Amino acid sequence: MSPSPLPSQPAPVFRARGLTKVYRMGEVEVHALRGVDLDLFPGEFVVLLGPSGSGKSTLLNILGGLDAPTGGEVWYVDHCLTGADDRALTLFRREHVGFVFQFYNLIPSLTARENVAIVTDLAERPMRPEEALDRVGLGDRLDHFPAQMSGGEQQRVAIARAIAKRPAVLLCDEPTGALDSSTGIRVLETLEQVNGELGTTTVVITHNAGIGAMAHRVLYLADGRIVREVRPPRRTPAKELNW
Amino acid sequence: MSMLTRKGLRDLWHMRTQALAIACVIAGGVATLVMSRSTLESLSNTRALFYQEGALADLWAPLKRAPDTLLPRLASVPGVQAAETRLLANATLSVAGFEEPARGDIVSLPLDGGQPLLNRVHLVSGRLPHPDADAEIVLGEAFAQAHSLRLGDSLQLILQGHATSMRIVGIGTSPEYVYQSPPGAAFPDFQRFAVLWMNRHAMEKALDMDGAFNNVVFRLRTGAVAGAVASDVDGLLARYGGVGAYGRHEQTSARYLEEELRQLRTMATLFPVIFLGVAAFLVHVVLMRLLGTQREQVGVLKAFGYGNRTLGVHYLGIATWIAAGGALLGIALGAALGGWLAHVYQGIYRFPFLTYRLSLGATALGAAVSFTAACGGALLALRAAAVLPPAEAMRAAAPARFGATILERLGFQRWLSPSARIAFRDLERRPGRALITLAGLAMACAVMTVGRFQGDAIDRMVNVQLSIAPTQDIEVNFVEPAPRSAVFELAALPGVREAEPTRSVPVRLIHGLHSYRTTLEGLPPNARLRRPVDAKLRRVEPQSNDLLLTDYLEKMLDLKAGDVLDIQALDGHRHRREMRVSGFVHEYIGARGYMDLDSLNRQLGDGDVISGVLLGVAPGAEPDVYLRLSRRPRVMGIASRLASVRSFYATMGESMLIFSLVAALLGAVINFGVVYNAARISLSERGRELASLRVLGMTRAEVGGLLLGQLGLLVFLSLPCGLVAGWALCWLMARGFQSELFRVPAVLSTATYAFAAITVLAASGLSALLVYRRISRLDLVAVLKTRE
Repeated sequence: MSPSPLPSQPAPVFRARGLTKVYRMGEVEVHALRGVDLDLFPGEFVVLLGPSGSGKSTLLNILGGLDAPTGGEVWYVDHCLTGADDRALTLFRREHVGFVFQFYNLIPSLTARENVAIVTDLAERPMRPEEALDRVGLGDRLDHFPAQMSGGEQQRVAIARAIAKRPAVLLCDEPTGALDSSTGIRVLETLEQVNGELGTTTVVITHNAGIGAMAHRVLYLADGRIVREVRPPRRTPAKELNW
Repeated sequence: MSMLTRKGLRDLWHMRTQALAIACVIAGGVATLVMSRSTLESLSNTRALFYQEGALADLWAPLKRAPDTLLPRLASVPGVQAAETRLLANATLSVAGFEEPARGDIVSLPLDGGQPLLNRVHLVSGRLPHPDADAEIVLGEAFAQAHSLRLGDSLQLILQGHATSMRIVGIGTSPEYVYQSPPGAAFPDFQRFAVLWMNRHAMEKALDMDGAFNNVVFRLRTGAVAGAVASDVDGLLARYGGVGAYGRHEQTSARYLEEELRQLRTMATLFPVIFLGVAAFLVHVVLMRLLGTQREQVGVLKAFGYGNRTLGVHYLGIATWIAAGGALLGIALGAALGGWLAHVYQGIYRFPFLTYRLSLGATALGAAVSFTAACGGALLALRAAAVLPPAEAMRAAAPARFGATILERLGFQRWLSPSARIAFRDLERRPGRALITLAGLAMACAVMTVGRFQGDAIDRMVNVQLSIAPTQDIEVNFVEPAPRSAVFELAALPGVREAEPTRSVPVRLIHGLHSYRTTLEGLPPNARLRRPVDAKLRRVEPQSNDLLLTDYLEKMLDLKAGDVLDIQALDGHRHRREMRVSGFVHEYIGARGYMDLDSLNRQLGDGDVISGVLLGVAPGAEPDVYLRLSRRPRVMGIASRLASVRSFYATMGESMLIFSLVAALLGAVINFGVVYNAARISLSERGRELASLRVLGMTRAEVGGLLLGQLGLLVFLSLPCGLVAGWALCWLMARGFQSELFRVPAVLSTATYAFAAITVLAASGLSALLVYRRISRLDLVAVLKTRE
């Protein structure tokens, strides 16, 4: 399957203006973000690249409602996330955001199906856990526990868990960081497929520049700023990537 | 300071709340041990010292009357080191401002005006009476205190029907009367019973006992056999109305004190064993789990080249700090509580002084147990991490293996929410851990029932012993057996509703090799005012010529219903008779026998006599009846049932309850420590899982429910186990308390069960609240990046 071109839609899902984030580590101030302007559009597949400490994760955390910026504003559609309290942010995550972690973070005592169900139980109009797992190619491993699955399979369960509630945005922090290349590609294929079929805006953080080739847009961060933006002329399907 | 030491201190600081909770559990256990052993040892030492200082006699021989010239013969009985004759008398006292009459035991002081050779008077204040001053007395300190009497005050003494005003010149006590209970009563009553010391000369006059004595006390040579000496003495005194010599183990004060200390010893053994045992177990488990979360760090340190031994010392250091903190806190707390408790006991047992000292043995034992438990836990945790190659220890533990639970395999799957499944599967996967937590919670609950058990037991004892079986308002005892017609005389007193005769005879019960000195009570048929009951609280009637005995004697004398006993009367004609035991009477206090009054009189051949009368009195008439009775010269003692209930609660009850209360307090500390640690460790073990769920959109409450739900389930399951364990512990304690003086029934009230359950629930609630607050501080960002 070849990736779809970026649909030309004007209204962004996320709009960030002048985002700054300062961490106070004892007496030292760490400027993690130094004024970031960013628009993310529906159905877009964005890859954030940059060295460690460039601010990728901070940006992702603020977009996902896990952290609050020191300055600037973030809007999700027409909700301003800046200054929202814990309750509002929890609700925001619950309804609109799917997360995929580097280390899967599955609940070891629940089966694949149940790991998905624990999130769909909270959602308004989720897909059935079986359907979500089917989409990531694990329809035959519904009743397996995490300990019975490979790392790649566990990560695909995590993706199923993230998409099952039909989030508007899927935020993935180093989703392939703990996987070997072939397993990683299988996971990226799944993300690509979800993005294409469901139109979920997907943001992937990675150290791996090669992954940028499958994105609609690649943002390079350095020193807390977006220093470069690249729109690959042709999107490379995930299975053709190599690193 | 080495880096490893610094790391240890920081780790300790980081886990300070938990370390404090663990230290509290240790402190609770150690404090119980130190407190009870110190109290016990201090009281035992004080007793030994007081007995020695006051030259407590080894043998007592009461008799009717013998000439002083008999003394040399008594003193030359083989085994006797010293003998001293004296006069003892019962008197009625009246104190200005106190409506009820009080009874007094008067003891004579030597003719020369000095201290007696044996059973010396310990003067708290004042002096002994002058040898020629007949109206001077030394008053027992307990009674003086109860009535705020001071040196120079006077009180009215009615001796043999003659009233005399006596001046108090001294206030004191003696080792013979440490534990002061009125004759025939089981418990001290400081308001209504006094001990007085008077000049021998004055007493001889009052009792018409010139040159005679009615009591002799002995000190025995080392190695002398008290029983052999006693039978020689009995032989000499038989024709003088001797009623049998007895040793310290049968002397009221010494016996009661011994029993009390024995009971305290039981408490001082059982409580600490339970408390310290529970504490040690918990500390062991908690530290094992706490340090188990450091697996990754152990891996990293090993990768750097730290050896297992160095790491062992490092983690032992952490455990040692916690154990040392807890042990020190416990020793300080135990020393303070022990000092306080010993003083409380001193007031009940009336020791004139107290030599309190911290029990070094208990301190050392407490510290040793704490260290062993803590270090054992730390080492086991370390071993688990140390056996792994460093690389493996550093790697996240593989996802734990889970499976469907029994509940789900049985088809209850659809009833379980994912949260419930997490809770159940976690329990089922690590049943050992769940069981240990469960056991800890149950023990914490059990400890609380132990704390309140004595209160329940006392209520039950009082109810059966002083309310159900006896219903008289006043018990009157005569100086000497009186004809039965005395009943009608007392029944005619204004305010008396009903009157029933009784006869109480001092006897020795002999069965095979067992013998026991007690009283035999004769009751009229269909007695209404004293009704012995069986174990089911059903009334039992003595059948003619047969004997009913307190159930405790069943085991003590190795008897069963239908056996024949040898009964030796110790007064009157002193007949020796064989009687059949027809059954047993359920009694918690004392041990005696009951018989039909007519049969008793027939068997003993003293004629149709009674020794006392039980009275039922119209409401409100009690003080008036009291007053009238106290004017009668032949009345020796008057006991109010309500007053005995009150005095029981005021003395025995108090001593047991104070101990229990302190124990309950320490139990609560342990309780909280257990629950808090269980919740807290659960949180640190599952923090990542919970943070992930928070990131995925679960609210704090939902995540809190997930964590605390499992603990809640364990708490819920632990309650019935805890209550059963509590009952078992109480049963064990009741067994330890059994004595001829009283038996503590193993009963627990619903209120106690509720109290124990509520304490556990409250501790759980509080811990849940504290842990819940930490859930809101879970680092959601870190969880995206880190692994376990």
